[in-house]
Amino acid sequence: MDTIKEMLSLSLILASFRFATPLILAALGGIFSERSGVINIALEGMMLFGAFAAAYGSSINGNPWTGVLFAIIAGLMFGAIHALVCVVFKADQIVVGTGINIFATGLTIFLLQVLFNVKGTSPMVARLPFMRIFDVRFSVLTYVALILVPIVWYFFFKTSWGLRIRSIGEHPAAADTLGVKVNRWRFISVLMSGVLAGLAGAHLSIGDGSAFVREMSAGRGFIALAAMIFGKWHPVGAFGAAMLFGYAEAVAVRVDFPFIPSELISAIPYILTIVILAGFFGKSTPPAADGEPYTKGEN
Amino acid sequence: MLEVKIVENRWDHIKSMMTNFGISLLSIVVALIFGIFFILLTDQSPVTAYQALYHGAFGSFSNILNTLWRSTPLILTGLAFALPFRAGLINIGAEGQLLMGGFAAGVAGYVFTSLPGFIHLPLAILIGMLAGALWGGLPGLLKAKFGSNEVITTIMLNHIAIALTINYGINKLRTSSRMATPEIEPSAALLRFKEIPKHPIWGKLPFADIFTNPGIRLHMNFVLAIIAAIILWYILFKTTLGYEMRAVGFNSDGAEYGGIKPGKSMFITMFLGGAVAGLAGAGEALGTHLSFMSGMDAGYGFTGIAVALIGQTHPIGVIFGGLLFGALNQGGLEMQFAGVPSEIVNIIQALVIFFVASLQILKMYLRKRKEKEGVE
Amino acid sequence: MSREENYILEMNNITKLFPGVKANDNVNFSVKKGEIHALVGENGAGKTTLMKVLYGLYDKDNGEIFYNGEKVNLKGPQDAIDLGIGMVHQHFMLVDPLTVTENIVLGNEPRSGIILNQKKAKDKVKEISEKYGLYVDPEAEIRDISVGMQQRAEIIKTLYRGAELLIFDEPTAVLTPQEIDELFEIFKSLKEQGKTIVFITHKLQEVKAISDRITVLRNGKSVDTVDTEDVTEEDVAELMVGRQVLLEVEKTEANPGKKIFEVNNLKVSDNRDIPAVRGVSLTVRKGEILGIAGVEGNGQTELVEALTGIRKIESGKVKVRDKDITKFDAREIKRESVAHIPEDRQKRGLIMDFNLQENVILGYHDLEPFSRNGIMKYNNIADYTQKLIDEFDIRGGGMEAKAKNLSGGNQQKLIVAREFSQDPEFLIASQPTRGVDVGSIEFIHKQIIERRDNGAGVLLLSADLSEVLSLSDRIAVIFEGEIVDVLDASETDERELGKLMTGSTIDAGGEDSGK
Repeated sequence: MDTIKEMLSLSLILASFRFATPLILAALGGIFSERSGVINIALEGMMLFGAFAAAYGSSINGNPWTGVLFAIIAGLMFGAIHALVCVVFKADQIVVGTGINIFATGLTIFLLQVLFNVKGTSPMVARLPFMRIFDVRFSVLTYVALILVPIVWYFFFKTSWGLRIRSIGEHPAAADTLGVKVNRWRFISVLMSGVLAGLAGAHLSIGDGSAFVREMSAGRGFIALAAMIFGKWHPVGAFGAAMLFGYAEAVAVRVDFPFIPSELISAIPYILTIVILAGFFGKSTPPAADGEPYTKGEN
Repeated sequence: MLEVKIVENRWDHIKSMMTNFGISLLSIVVALIFGIFFILLTDQSPVTAYQALYHGAFGSFSNILNTLWRSTPLILTGLAFALPFRAGLINIGAEGQLLMGGFAAGVAGYVFTSLPGFIHLPLAILIGMLAGALWGGLPGLLKAKFGSNEVITTIMLNHIAIALTINYGINKLRTSSRMATPEIEPSAALLRFKEIPKHPIWGKLPFADIFTNPGIRLHMNFVLAIIAAIILWYILFKTTLGYEMRAVGFNSDGAEYGGIKPGKSMFITMFLGGAVAGLAGAGEALGTHLSFMSGMDAGYGFTGIAVALIGQTHPIGVIFGGLLFGALNQGGLEMQFAGVPSEIVNIIQALVIFFVASLQILKMYLRKRKEKEGVE
Repeated sequence: MSREENYILEMNNITKLFPGVKANDNVNFSVKKGEIHALVGENGAGKTTLMKVLYGLYDKDNGEIFYNGEKVNLKGPQDAIDLGIGMVHQHFMLVDPLTVTENIVLGNEPRSGIILNQKKAKDKVKEISEKYGLYVDPEAEIRDISVGMQQRAEIIKTLYRGAELLIFDEPTAVLTPQEIDELFEIFKSLKEQGKTIVFITHKLQEVKAISDRITVLRNGKSVDTVDTEDVTEEDVAELMVGRQVLLEVEKTEANPGKKIFEVNNLKVSDNRDIPAVRGVSLTVRKGEILGIAGVEGNGQTELVEALTGIRKIESGKVKVRDKDITKFDAREIKRESVAHIPEDRQKRGLIMDFNLQENVILGYHDLEPFSRNGIMKYNNIADYTQKLIDEFDIRGGGMEAKAKNLSGGNQQKLIVAREFSQDPEFLIASQPTRGVDVGSIEFIHKQIIERRDNGAGVLLLSADLSEVLSLSDRIAVIFEGEIVDVLDASETDERELGKLMTGSTIDAGGEDSGK
């Protein structure tokens, strides 16, 4: 009984927002990329590198906003790699995404050594301002994430740019015949996904904490992907899914279940994702042209 | 419409294999060149660094054997990616399959206390392979039955495996402060090459003494890995099962028309892929660490993907890819002593992936050029 | 190379190369302002390529283009659109989940900054729709509307951008004869409003019905341009093929035996779980060809997939030689001597990345002599492949060549070779000559008749009415998943079939109770 009360407590629900923040941001990023037709499983690596860049930026002059700037640049860099190799060189998007993840893991630990001279955890850096609500810390980036949801929705469904991006993800040839530059828009969309994933990383290192720890993304980039799929590539749907996963993580961290060992609770978000993908919550169809590089004239 | 005969025969086949080999080679070279930039960030000389890399990998007999030792799990995780890839599936789950296999084998290794060696060892290996196979078969089944995206499901299972085996399993079962399951019985241990001189049977061989160096860590799983590669090659290219897998990988609609059940091929390739990844884990548990240890996976699952790509997802190519990356890992240790963090090896591996993936377009371009020449 | 005032378009000496193919070879094509001009040729003659060069989708390798007397350089569709050229493609360039209005304004949206002005867009669409008599539902999503409305949306798309010259690529491929009449009315209306129309087709009756002038392409070259009233269908056919063409298939009377294939009240659903086949019953006898005529999308695809074991059967029965095969899977059905030429050769019929050898055994790969005990016997396969290549004249580079490198006609011949060599007792042929050159079409038709004369039963599905009429002994018409009528081929014609294909029924007095 107590467990149930705990699970519905206000502080837990508020904590969900905190845990969901990186998921919301990264999922929104994933939506940009995939809606334009480019699969991006490198959200994890972009998030990790963004987290490192944020910590590094903050350490340079003690200003956490420099960290945010660095995270955005880091996201742009990795986004550019993904865009270049997938959109321009038309390489296999899943393979490239995996490469970026491996790259991020190696690069961040390497740079920890080279720039901070440490093995696993960076020195403490200045963190972003936060507000305390009912004993839960709400960092600035959480507000950013929440505001971005309706903004991204409006972008995709009420602006001409959003219309174009949606069309190239479904039927790039149709858009091409109307003069829409398919690969240029895809490149920009992938860059955008990098920026958002980078911001998600910034939340991990300097929004929710004050340092970068090796491999601190811990699979959140993939959970964000799952949130995107569960949310059927829609900003509001992804938000809902991210909140659900954030709640699961909060429960795992803060609630003691008498009958389930705590080590296994942490696996709940992952198990939940598989259950979703087994179709227990309806079919999830990606944009029709997702994953296929576009070459002019191949219609 | 005027058409040109694009004559394809055995010679073209060989030429295309050479192009693939060339692309892989070029990618490695370019990656190493880009690596220089990162080495410079550490204020070390790239020359010293790469010398250390080479020496660590090939500089002495025991180093070479250790390179083979390091290649073993990579060859197997490379196969774990390559086989399902041929059937159109992306298996990112080798990491988790390896962990499950290692855990199961490690536990089987100490739990049975009175079995003779010739039963205990094969049993432990089989249990490990089965655990990996089930961990791979599950996402295969989900894909076949529900169309679940195997990229996500395998990644999720990786994290679940970590929670199960390391967080929970080791914590429950360990008997000392070491983050590992109890040490396995000698009857379950894989033959390690450094023990050959003292071995009752193998020690009698004339050249047994060359393995006396205690620094040699190579064990028999290397041989098993090579055998596994050959078996998978045979299945893929010489059997009807392999024909069906490849058909499904290229065009599952066409395969379905031809009476093939895509779901069956998907499940079998994932099952087999999981089995070889499980074998990698079993090898590490029974041959390297003599227990299931936290950190024994060392990112082999993901590196295996790079290995498979370098090997053009061909079982025999994977052997070479595994040897290459094993050499990089082995040499990386010595680079660490020379002052360059060993993570640079990961960076180089990632660069290899980018370049191999990008250079595929070069292949396409060369082909279009050749076809265009035929017209004029 | 005149530059007279009344020519809206002149394309001179256009050459376009693709890997292995000279698609356009010094082609000359000119269109007068305000005319309806038909561009004809067989499949692969270069018509679509030429128009894609015009529309800026392809870069030409040589030649010049003059629009309204001025030389132009078209680097992309936007250039063509700016000039006033609009194109309605054969496969519609419409984005399924978006609405009619969104599709029409895409790329040229009425907006303030980047914010869409959805009301203005809808009004513009309504305005054009009313002006030209092109009825559409602006708010409907493309995936929910009919093919006819989709085509009208495509037309509005061009008019929205101020098109003066409209190019139609095989516009009637997916329409019934009645819908084709409607389309031609639209052509006339556009012509009255001063528009110029070019339409690509290989259907000769259409050309005679509506065009003013005809240009014929053959093998990538322009052959001739004629005034429509000066030529007959046979003249045009001869220009298209370069020799006298028999527009009719020669065949003897059928000699049908006993029943070999029976379908009883079959119900099958489509991918969206909507009933596609709604109670179909058919019989085919040995030695006869039963043709199924119908506009694509009336359940034929799902019917064939169900009969060949690829799609689940909701209810009903299927029998081969009185054996109930309703629950059989694809492999088991094949083993009952049922062969299948699928309608989509690239998707279903072949594994494009496999070479000829591996394709020739697809579906039979687990049988002797191709394999034994699960081990492939590639020597036997090679011998068999060579035999088929010789017998069926499959060209494209030898048995190691990949299927994707063959021409459409040779790919189809490969599939025919594979299926026919198994000597099937029952054959299902779905769109067997779609996208195939005339030489291969003749070959495939002859093969099908030969099979029938040897005692096989054939179920033929085709959207090409002349093919159905010339090959079939009996014809069943399918409409919205049901068989509307079954007729003797010799006692019906295209007009009647066309009416049945739209669902109207002919009652005893010969009057049709239209829909």
